[in-house]
Amino acid sequence: MTAVVAETASDMQVQASRIVRGSWGESLFRAACLSAATFLLVLLAGVMGALLVGGWPAFHQFGFGFFVSSTWDTNNDVYGAAGPIFGTLATAAISLFIALPLAIGVAVFLVEFCPKVLAQPISTVIDLLAGIPSIVYGMWGFFVFAPLVANYIQTPLTSALNPDGFWGKFFAGVPNGNLFVASVVLAIMILPYMTSVFRELMLSVPSAVREAAYGLGCTPFEVVRSVMIPFVQRGMIGGTMLGLGRALGETMAVTFVIGNTHNFPKGLFDATSTIASTIANEFAEASGLKLASLIAMGLILFLITFAVLALARMLLNSNKS
Amino acid sequence: MLGVCSQLMEDFMFKRFACALSATIMAASAAHAGDVSGTGATFPEPIYKDWAATYKAKSGSSVNYVGIGSGGGIKAIKAKTVDFGASDKPLTAADLNASDLYMFPTVIGGVAPIVNIPGVASGQLHLTGPLLADIYMGAVKTWNDPRIVALNKGVKLPNLPITVVHRSDGSGTTFLFTTYLALVSDVWKSKVGGNDSPPWPAGVGGKGNPGVSALVKQTTGSIGYVEYFFAKQNHETVAQMQNASHHFLMPTAASFAAAASGAKWTTTPGNAVLLLNQPGVNAWPISGATFILVYKNQPDAAKGADILKFFDWAYKNGDAAAAAKDYVPLPAGVKAMVRRQWATQIKSGGKPVYVSK
Repeated sequence: MTAVVAETASDMQVQASRIVRGSWGESLFRAACLSAATFLLVLLAGVMGALLVGGWPAFHQFGFGFFVSSTWDTNNDVYGAAGPIFGTLATAAISLFIALPLAIGVAVFLVEFCPKVLAQPISTVIDLLAGIPSIVYGMWGFFVFAPLVANYIQTPLTSALNPDGFWGKFFAGVPNGNLFVASVVLAIMILPYMTSVFRELMLSVPSAVREAAYGLGCTPFEVVRSVMIPFVQRGMIGGTMLGLGRALGETMAVTFVIGNTHNFPKGLFDATSTIASTIANEFAEASGLKLASLIAMGLILFLITFAVLALARMLLNSNKS
Repeated sequence: MLGVCSQLMEDFMFKRFACALSATIMAASAAHAGDVSGTGATFPEPIYKDWAATYKAKSGSSVNYVGIGSGGGIKAIKAKTVDFGASDKPLTAADLNASDLYMFPTVIGGVAPIVNIPGVASGQLHLTGPLLADIYMGAVKTWNDPRIVALNKGVKLPNLPITVVHRSDGSGTTFLFTTYLALVSDVWKSKVGGNDSPPWPAGVGGKGNPGVSALVKQTTGSIGYVEYFFAKQNHETVAQMQNASHHFLMPTAASFAAAASGAKWTTTPGNAVLLLNQPGVNAWPISGATFILVYKNQPDAAKGADILKFFDWAYKNGDAAAAAKDYVPLPAGVKAMVRRQWATQIKSGGKPVYVSK
């Protein structure tokens, strides 16, 4: 007994001396981590500062009108960001509205109903789809999907509806470059990513919990609704917010299929633009007040993304129990 | 055994690294010999790239040109990020003097209206300037509108909505097109005006000449405008336009040359000549020269000489290539005038950088 204690004591002494000898290594490690964190914060502050300084002339000139006006007049140097802001929020919201139920459905299917032999290959394919660069989705959207929508959805709708009625105006618009096509392309882009996150989360539910629910006589729908989703709520909110963040910032895929006009869209199939697509189209030749307006729009997008992340944090914290 | 393997791997990796490093150094040093960079209009991009490739084969110096739109070219040369800028939109003499830039033309081309109407072939559709302005204003909404039908008796026009396609980026092609529309339509002049990035009343935007071309090709019932080479290369359906002498014609190199024949090169300050709506039975109404912008005072005499050497070579040897792409080379008198201007206006430290032989 004493021999064991003596051995342990000598081990501890050796360890203690090791810690004392290596303490400069420890403080170096700590300093490196601290400087990395500080560097990130400084970088973030620097980006925000640069955007604020660059966009200030536009905010100063147009004031609050910058957020609500959709004029974009290069001749007279009057700019307003309402069209792109609305386009960004609308495409992201519609794409999330389409992608979220589908992602949950696919994940539930893969976990609950799919035969084991098929589940793994399908999951691998979904992970591969999540890795495809977004510009490929944009190209597919432009060459394949947009003409399909134009020929099989828009043309029948415009010929069937009265052009002066409410629905006629809502579904009127332009083919090949409109809000609807851009939103669907975005939805298809964020769907694989959200599906694989949800699937991983649902697989992490302990089988004891699931089997206990089945044992109590729950149907699969009740198991999913009352047991699995509440169990993985926080992760699902996080996955949704990541998908939404990707949809908000997507540039090239959207620029191909959104029509690139600055006005407020008047209907589901009207051409519009997002903040990212406007900056991508016009940054190269912008100067003076136009450049300041584009940078100001970049700052607005930055703040929108911040707000989405803050919302995610709030939802996660409220669900902490 | 493992030690030997790892040693061999290290030798191999080191050799690869050394090879890569020396290749990069050689490439970097090769890159310095007389290289010139330029950016700007997509209008002349096909011919500039063609000339650059031939010039590199002949002389070894590379000229890197990237088409990003005339607006981008003007901004880039003003920011001194490139050696020369290219623009279809001529800068005014006042602007040139304020920025200490010099502008000279290289080739002449034309902007063609392209359509995508089922059953209508290239050259079948007839349009006038005012009608084109009305279409682009959104006032004419379908292809079987009486105004279009009146000009096109014998062409079967369907009841298809017109989708207007324009440029989403700042463009000299747009400047030429909208300035022409402002010349022929007072409504267009007051509501929109001629600009490289105007407030379009209707339609969707495509990026660059290739973007507009692709959108028109994809969209049934659409109309767009592109530099003529893109229309020809992508086999677009081109519409005939009515010129200032009330004659309908197709865009061809001969029609661009006819438009340029009356231009007053020697008397226009800053070489800012516009070739829109020129009189003449065979003149294409939307023609334009495309310009190069360089600084009058070149900081590096050798670089300034390299830029002018390339364009002098293009003046001497590039005519056939330009004609093959349906651009019109400049008349010999204009080339001589430009060479004289190079000798007197482009200087470095007070001395001209290049005098053409």
